[in-house]
Amino acid sequence: MGFADFFKKKGTSSIAKDRLKLVLVSDRAGCSPEIMEQIKNDIIAVISKYIEIDLDGLDIKITQMDSETNNGTVPALFANIPIKDLKSSKK
Amino acid sequence: MGEVIVVTSGKGGVGKTTTTANVGTGLAMLDKKVVLIDTDIGLRNLDVVMGLENRIVYNLVDVIEGTCRIRNALIKDKRYPNLYLLPSAQTRDKTSVTPEQMKKLADELRDEFDYILMDCPAGIEQGFKNAIAGADRALVVTTPEVSAVRDADRIIGLLEANEMTQTHLIVNRIRMDMVRRGDMMSSEDVCEILAVDLIGVVPDDENIVISTNQGEPLVGSESLAGRAYMNICKRIVGEEVPFMDLEEKAGFFEKLFGKRKRS
Repeated sequence: MGFADFFKKKGTSSIAKDRLKLVLVSDRAGCSPEIMEQIKNDIIAVISKYIEIDLDGLDIKITQMDSETNNGTVPALFANIPIKDLKSSKK
Repeated sequence: MGEVIVVTSGKGGVGKTTTTANVGTGLAMLDKKVVLIDTDIGLRNLDVVMGLENRIVYNLVDVIEGTCRIRNALIKDKRYPNLYLLPSAQTRDKTSVTPEQMKKLADELRDEFDYILMDCPAGIEQGFKNAIAGADRALVVTTPEVSAVRDADRIIGLLEANEMTQTHLIVNRIRMDMVRRGDMMSSEDVCEILAVDLIGVVPDDENIVISTNQGEPLVGSESLAGRAYMNICKRIVGEEVPFMDLEEKAGFFEKLFGKRKRS
């Protein structure tokens, strides 16, 4: 089966599978794009109090991560927040 | 004591009605007493798929509203004397019936029938709630496409929220040639994504269109789809049936050639 799987990756079915897995994570979490936007804005507000962050490079999404306890995957809120400048260092 | 099974999918057009007709007929062929209930009020279809459209006198809403008795509304199948259909109303809408009324109706039918199959409408609104209200188990039908699988996932979530204990998956309209070349998700892929147990895989088979044209379910016939449906029926009654090889139509050399081409 491993041999066949190797070739499967070339087809569009693996694209379908990956896209589905991602969309289902946010579907299952009940997290609509609107709520994600609100979460994003709140996170920006909190972190901006302490650190200057790069708003254009900011990326927040719900994704699947490998679980630490077992071999499965768990949904996780993934946030990539690039820091422009630490406010403390400016002083 | 009969079992109430709802056939549902979320997305429309994936084969709920065809599945209900074939599974219902197949169970009747296994000598079970079966009633099929079309719960899609306003969009009646199970009657034409069963070829019983000319025999309708009363419908589901008539029974619920007490216009007639259940036995007056049940239509006996042309071929199997232990198979009945309760058609939906065509000129009413989903709000004509409540989940409580559907549950009561299903419970009343349990005494007389081994299996009560509910053909659920597409969507997750009132019609869906009506159809699942009295059900003991659910058959979720999907096709190996992103839209259908996504909707199936939503439906499975809603079934869990409604404390459905047994949910099984039917992957419909699979094309093994496309799966083989990696352009269609396999039943294993779909099963893995949805994390429910598979009860059947039905190939995309032109005989389905032919049988629907004639109003005669093809379950039990020698066609691949006919055999796939009969296997589902056997699994429902508790038999252990191995999943059949849907590729057997492709000969040995064809398979060999197919593999060579990719490598």
